Amino acid sequence: MDLFITPFSTNGFMLQALIAGALVSIACAIAGTFVILRGLAFIGDAMAHGVLPGIALAILFGFPGVIGAAIGAVFMIGGITLITERSRLSSDTAIGLLFIGMLSLGVVIVSRSNSFSGDLTRILFGEILGISKSAIFLQLGATIIVAAIAVSCARPFMLLSFDPEQAEVAGFSVRLYHNIMLFMIAATVIVSFQTVGTLLVFGLLIAPAGSAALLARRIEAMMMWAALFGVLSMYFGLLISYHFNLAAGASIILTAVAIFFIAFIIQNLRQNRTGNHKDVNHG
Amino acid sequence: MADTQNNLASSACGNTSGDIHIRARHLDIGYKREAVVSDINFDLKEGQAIALIGTNGSGKSTLLKTIVGLLEPIGGQLSVFGMPPGNNHRRIAYLGQFHNSGYVLPIRAIDVVRMGRYPLHGLWQRMGKKDDEIVMNAMRIMGIETLANASLRSLSGGQQQRVYLAQTLAHQAELLVMDEPTTGLDAGGRELYLRAINDELCRGASVIMATHDIQEEATLCHQAMLLAHKVVAIGAPDKVMTSEALLETFGVVVSGENKLHVLECKHGHDDNERQGWNKSRKA
Repeated sequence: MDLFITPFSTNGFMLQALIAGALVSIACAIAGTFVILRGLAFIGDAMAHGVLPGIALAILFGFPGVIGAAIGAVFMIGGITLITERSRLSSDTAIGLLFIGMLSLGVVIVSRSNSFSGDLTRILFGEILGISKSAIFLQLGATIIVAAIAVSCARPFMLLSFDPEQAEVAGFSVRLYHNIMLFMIAATVIVSFQTVGTLLVFGLLIAPAGSAALLARRIEAMMMWAALFGVLSMYFGLLISYHFNLAAGASIILTAVAIFFIAFIIQNLRQNRTGNHKDVNHG
Repeated sequence: MADTQNNLASSACGNTSGDIHIRARHLDIGYKREAVVSDINFDLKEGQAIALIGTNGSGKSTLLKTIVGLLEPIGGQLSVFGMPPGNNHRRIAYLGQFHNSGYVLPIRAIDVVRMGRYPLHGLWQRMGKKDDEIVMNAMRIMGIETLANASLRSLSGGQQQRVYLAQTLAHQAELLVMDEPTTGLDAGGRELYLRAINDELCRGASVIMATHDIQEEATLCHQAMLLAHKVVAIGAPDKVMTSEALLETFGVVVSGENKLHVLECKHGHDDNERQGWNKSRKA
């Protein structure tokens, strides 16, 4: 039992990491659910990496990384919208272009400066074990905002996931609610990078919600499962990292991916037992 | 079968006060200023039904989408309940052609049907007991009340179509706009559907639907419009559906046993040729 509790009860930084991680997990569960249901994985991934130059500039000029990340996300979404609307290219192409452009820009800024050697790993992998109290409060605020958006836009978000045309005819502007959804995903990515880093936040956005999608029968249940899986990933990831002296962020994401494969196996066993292959065959 | 159809046709209620739900005058429809069909003229009155008949790509779906406000009319006048289209979310139910089968989306049959009530309650207004009753009643009408808690993805194609139809009925709209509503329905489902639509007409709703099935829908509808990138004919079904008109609409017609059989040929992809032809006819 000591193995499972003492690391958190005797080390303040471990407890803070768990609290911050749980908050990140809840925000990622909500945003991640819609990333999966609306097929926004690529834009989520791009946003997670595209904020890099913003953060790098923030560190260079000494303003908070979160603000830099927000600026990066705004450029990202604005660029994608502009290219998609003003050219014949699909949004995939626009996202890929902005994604790789912003990532390169981030690397260029970082490589130009000597003061970055330690900061780069911090940006990419987060600093969950050194998370500050103010960062935790910021995370709490973001999680509340994300949850409030999901609750107040529950109907249009559900219609959007079901059939965007149906949403439009029902009187919910597809454009408006799609943008609100993107804002929600961006907010999650922006405040979560401090905890798990820009490289890994995408994992937390997609792995727990993906596991939940395999098991749930309702959207609300999917979010609950995703939050549970996220928090479990945090807990076991931190524990593993503590006992085996491994990188915390990566241990957390590996746990989340492992949970996905466990859920995947359970779902397949369940299907084979009932002999019901409809779920698989239904396109 | 023929008997029930005759009964349905003759039982169509004569209680219409003559309120005009849709009025189209010299209406041109299409995508991005390229006309698919030009110069459409018709009125749809309270308690009446009109069937749009034609092959894939003949303009049926385009017309329906224009009526519900998903596409802008590109010429002429179209008013729905006396207003430009897209302004009457509470009064119009739309059943589109493509649906989310719930392959990824975790959603139960009853949740899909409940969405039919969203346009009446907007973003936040609570759904009450009355809504629950209406939802269950719509499911009963389509014979799927026992499937209420089943996940959408576990249902067969025909059962899913019944769920979508129940959603349309649950809206209790004044105008029903349906794109190929009988797709995938078995004989039992068709029977329930015909009765349900007949009841909708009796309570004063109007119906406009796109269909391949010229025999079945004709029993229900007061008007038929034959479309083949232009309005081939419009009027009472028995008057309009002559061999010549059907030949022009579908390409090939074989008649026998008092029934007209249509062998479909798709001419949805020779847009330019068709348009050129329309223009020269106009000139």
